[in-house]
Amino acid sequence: MTDLLPLIVAKYNYWLYVILMMIGLYAMIAKNNLIKKLVGMNIFQTAIILFYVSIGYKTDATIPIIQNAHGGQGAHSAVIHAADYINPLPHVLMLTAIVVSVATFGVAMALAVRIYQRYQTLEEDELRMRLADIGLEE
Amino acid sequence: MDNTPALIVIAPLLAALLAGLAVWIEERLSYLIALTGLAISTFSAVKVLMQVIDSGTIQYRMAGWAPPMGIEYRIDLLNAMVLLLVASIAFLNLLASYKSVDQETNDRPGSFYTIYLLFVTGLLGVTATGDLFNLYVLIEITSLTSYAMVALGDRDRGPLASLNYVFIGVIGASFYLLGVGYLYLKTGSLNMVDVANILSGIHGSSTVLVAFILCMIGIWIKMALFPMHVWLPNAYTYSPVAFARIVAPLMTKVMVYVMIRLMITVFGFDYVFETLNLADAVVWLATIAVLAGGVMALSQKNLKKMLTYIIVCEIGYMVGGAWMGNQLGMTGAILHILNDALMTFALFLAVGNMVYRLKKVDLPDLQGLFGKMPWTMAGFVLAAFSIIGVPPTCGFFSKWYLILGAFEAGAYHFAAALIISSLICAVLFFKVFEICFFDPMSEGHGHGDSHSHVTIEEAPVSMLIVSGLVSLSLIVAGLYSGTIVNTIILPFLK
Repeated sequence: MTDLLPLIVAKYNYWLYVILMMIGLYAMIAKNNLIKKLVGMNIFQTAIILFYVSIGYKTDATIPIIQNAHGGQGAHSAVIHAADYINPLPHVLMLTAIVVSVATFGVAMALAVRIYQRYQTLEEDELRMRLADIGLEE
Repeated sequence: MDNTPALIVIAPLLAALLAGLAVWIEERLSYLIALTGLAISTFSAVKVLMQVIDSGTIQYRMAGWAPPMGIEYRIDLLNAMVLLLVASIAFLNLLASYKSVDQETNDRPGSFYTIYLLFVTGLLGVTATGDLFNLYVLIEITSLTSYAMVALGDRDRGPLASLNYVFIGVIGASFYLLGVGYLYLKTGSLNMVDVANILSGIHGSSTVLVAFILCMIGIWIKMALFPMHVWLPNAYTYSPVAFARIVAPLMTKVMVYVMIRLMITVFGFDYVFETLNLADAVVWLATIAVLAGGVMALSQKNLKKMLTYIIVCEIGYMVGGAWMGNQLGMTGAILHILNDALMTFALFLAVGNMVYRLKKVDLPDLQGLFGKMPWTMAGFVLAAFSIIGVPPTCGFFSKWYLILGAFEAGAYHFAAALIISSLICAVLFFKVFEICFFDPMSEGHGHGDSHSHVTIEEAPVSMLIVSGLVSLSLIVAGLYSGTIVNTIILPFLK
């Protein structure tokens, strides 16, 4: 226990993303309502986005914009240290991942609408009953 | 700089855009645009393969940015082969699909072609790219398009099957993304070769181990390795047949390619087989997958669904071969990517012809098909023989390498599973042949109601030609498998 606590405190960002991810996974597996499952899916994806965002962070660093880099006063006056700036690459990657997750969410919502139009329900157990009623359940 | 490698991927992408727009002018036009795009892509793939065989690996820099900062397309013998496979199967399938797309997607053939092209773009991109994050994005493009496609199929069950596929697909892709995150954390790079160079110094790291396991689990979910296969049968069964014909042979095979790429290029043979002690466990998993796939296929009443379980079984072959840890097994796995794609394609082409005439393919519906659709059935029989592994067809040769690999590695359980599953496939297909051969309905109790009985005739010529061509290619690929192994696979593994 004495070892575990510092470990959790020092790497709390990892623990947070793992907990969020598990919440999402739980919702996707255990919830009966399709929309709740979709929300779980979104939490799951967001947890990974948070993980990526947190790994770009450095202590005492600022956003990666170099002042007056394109000329003007004080251009190239100081030496640039990479350690003074946070790593922007994971954040940029996550812009793409956000687009992917929004697209997935959109497709999934559209599918949910189609299911609702056809069966008038979004509860999984009721869906199974409807399918059995019309002889489609195997 | 020669832009052919980029053209392979960009031609279908642009064609997708144009095909979507062309629908407003003339519906037929979007089909022609799709065909042109894929023809350009196939042609470029042939050219790239020739080039790679002649002069070795091609490194193409996207927009001229040098790796590891820029995205690189790195095409060696393995990619070049898979690229040609994907492009040509997509092209041939489109040739055969014109009529069945019209029949199945009634009012929206334009959107079908657009999604189809985007799907192929994704697959080609996954195969060509040398960048780990780019790979994730392209996997998601393939997945998103296949979600949409599955929903275009069966009106009653398509959307539900598709939504279940979304849930599992997202979990798979997210695991892979997480794995890439850990790799980036440790190496600071996303370029496959660059990552491999940095990793070679830090094999003991537990971060790398976590990254490896996460990537593998993600890819296994996407390729439907048993027990992570549950999404596949429903999704493939209820999608439109013109799409099932391409997704069944290609999607899972491309994911096997990704697994082999990660194992060989990114993590390296030494890491996977010497630092880690996972190979035995994975070969056991593959053994179970092979057996379970076969047994589940045996209990199906719908032909399309039965074949989807055979895919689950075949995935077991390839994973097992790749994890055997010797050259023979890996050769077998790579050769099986090629052969399995061809034979699954041939099978689904035949099934597509049946669906076109019969509308549904539960086993009892197939009675008397040998008499009514002789050419389709000839293609089906040839493909079935190849799946079973009858010698002159290509299925035999890759199984041969896999079994030799299993013996060399001492994995006798895998060899046994391979032989048992071949027997199961034989039982399965002969059961289908038997049903197709006898026709008790037509003569037995005919009360003169012949006009109420729908007469079944042979499928359209365009579909038959493609089906025949692909079935013959099974024998050709079988006869030339020695050449394929010697010019492509062995030089790649060296």
